[in-house]
Amino acid sequence: MSSVKLEQVYKRYGNVTAVKDLSLEIRDREFMVLVGPSGCGKTTALRMIAGLEEITEGRVRIGEKVVNDIEPRDRDIAMVFQNYALYPHMSVYENMAFGLKLRKMSKAEIEKRVGEAAAQLGITEYLKRKPRELSGGQRQRVALGRAIVREPQVFLMDEPLSNLDAKLRVQTRAELIKLHRRLGITTIYVTHDQVEAMTMGDRMAVMKDGVLQQCDTPMEVYHHPANIFVAGFIGTPSMNFVKAVVADSLDGDLIIDAGSFHFDILESEKKALAEWKGKNVVLGIRPADIYDKNLRNPVDAGPRNTLTAFVDVVEPMGDLCTAYLKIGDVDIVAMLDGATGAKSGEKLQVVVDVSRSHLFDPETEKAIY
Amino acid sequence: MANSFAVDEDRDAHLSGKKPPPPAVLALRHAVLILISLTTLAPFIWMVLTSFKPLAEVEQLNPIPSVWHPENYAEVFKQVPFAHYYFNSVFIAAWVTFLQVFTSCLAAFAFARLRWPGRDGVFRLYLATLMIPGVVMLIPNYAEMVQLHLFNSYIGLIIPASFTAFGTFMLRQFMLTIPRALDEAAAIDGASPWVVFWDVIMPLARAGVITLAIFSFMGNYGSFLWPLIMIKSEYLRTLPVGMLFFDSVYGRQTNLIMAASVMNILPLIILFVSTQKYLVKGIQLGAVKG
Repeated sequence: MSSVKLEQVYKRYGNVTAVKDLSLEIRDREFMVLVGPSGCGKTTALRMIAGLEEITEGRVRIGEKVVNDIEPRDRDIAMVFQNYALYPHMSVYENMAFGLKLRKMSKAEIEKRVGEAAAQLGITEYLKRKPRELSGGQRQRVALGRAIVREPQVFLMDEPLSNLDAKLRVQTRAELIKLHRRLGITTIYVTHDQVEAMTMGDRMAVMKDGVLQQCDTPMEVYHHPANIFVAGFIGTPSMNFVKAVVADSLDGDLIIDAGSFHFDILESEKKALAEWKGKNVVLGIRPADIYDKNLRNPVDAGPRNTLTAFVDVVEPMGDLCTAYLKIGDVDIVAMLDGATGAKSGEKLQVVVDVSRSHLFDPETEKAIY
Repeated sequence: MANSFAVDEDRDAHLSGKKPPPPAVLALRHAVLILISLTTLAPFIWMVLTSFKPLAEVEQLNPIPSVWHPENYAEVFKQVPFAHYYFNSVFIAAWVTFLQVFTSCLAAFAFARLRWPGRDGVFRLYLATLMIPGVVMLIPNYAEMVQLHLFNSYIGLIIPASFTAFGTFMLRQFMLTIPRALDEAAAIDGASPWVVFWDVIMPLARAGVITLAIFSFMGNYGSFLWPLIMIKSEYLRTLPVGMLFFDSVYGRQTNLIMAASVMNILPLIILFVSTQKYLVKGIQLGAVKG
């Protein structure tokens, strides 16, 4: 087992910089998720750790060793590819044993390791089959098995679930988490799926345009996003962003004035926000922090957090209901309880949990709180 | 054959939603196809029939021999060391095929799977050699072989033919269709570039390699000009060169030339029939990728 450290790493392809000044430490036995939209540099970062891409600038360490100039085969890592990359002409057994044979392991040891990994993953009965005779889920297990038998210092996984159907993805996600707990091998997992990032990682690193935006535990990233991008990327549906101004209310209190409505500023934040008086801000409200006033909800309704909305579209999903609301000229998405009486074309009184709202600087896009 | 053609027409018509052509059009199409087939086959049929004729009847228009002379075939073996020519042709073509496939595989792997500075430039340069007609290279190759003291030898016949830009190009295109993730997975599994080549890429490029081998064997088995200028000794002659014996200043024995020719093309016909599937695949590959 080992830690992985990226120190001011850059990757350039001609004039294009795919990864910019990436510094990140993945602790020993940690499950780190690199997440971001397509083209954010997460896979490039992973491939640099694997040794499949040259590092333009900076250093990558596995354990204490700088591995910049070390061949992939000598880095003691194993990787699971998005399309599994199983050798089509080899049987499942041969696929799993290939890396061990190259390491001149004894036949008995190879048989033992492959047998154990196959049993763990439930693929023993497929050992003699060729990859083309397996389903997507089974292939995925073989790819995992090929990584496990090597007992490497670090697992690298490049969107390993993205080719599975929704149900299998959820199931395999849980199995991967269990596998990581059992083996305790440092794992770096790349995905564009924020649900995977939230549910699987001990920590997650959110990337955009080659730049690390935030690295923290999933809950911390969700509740305290570092900037507008992270706030919008993590959470489904996305956080609502509303242009607003920090202003004085009639009774002299600081408020956030969004034009169509206004909110009190939290007591704890008032001091910090004094310097923002009269300045533009971006207010962020998660859809899950908006409630139907007519139902029982965890937030007390008051004059400053109760709003009258026009219901545009309602998407009932059973226990939850996504409602597209219009408050004045502001569009807001709310994730209401399934029992809501919201109907398209009608008005609805909603309560906002102001204590969980966020404020961002519109220029730097960084979080104010 | 006519029926299966009609079935295909029906299926295509059904799939494309078009009406099948009227019977008269179909009949005309078949007539044209049969005519083309006969035109192609006629020289071969003529060759086989002539090989059984006595010499006096060779130039008669009646293609059927008045008396059949299967002994023409035995005569070929009596007049020249035909079995030895056979061996030479197969031996040389087999070696050239092996070496062409071997060098093309290595070069194609380097051009398709390895990253090195100037790779694409070198590839284009190599490909440009396809533009040079083989005859132009005849004299330089000859001079080189003489200087290397390889004139009138098997090696002199084999070495200059052992490299093929066409084969390299064909296999490169084939290898480009193999997902790169496989090389990467193998590299992480601990494979050196040689292991990636031998254990991962070569088994997957098998169909391309077989196609090249067939093309290569067929092309070299019938080679005439190069063996003609490179070989002096009778025992090193290949079949096409050896057959010249029957067309000398002392007269032309056309019936024996035909008998020798039938025996000459027999291995090619067997090879063609047994490997048709790969040949078609290879031609398609060239068409799509080239």
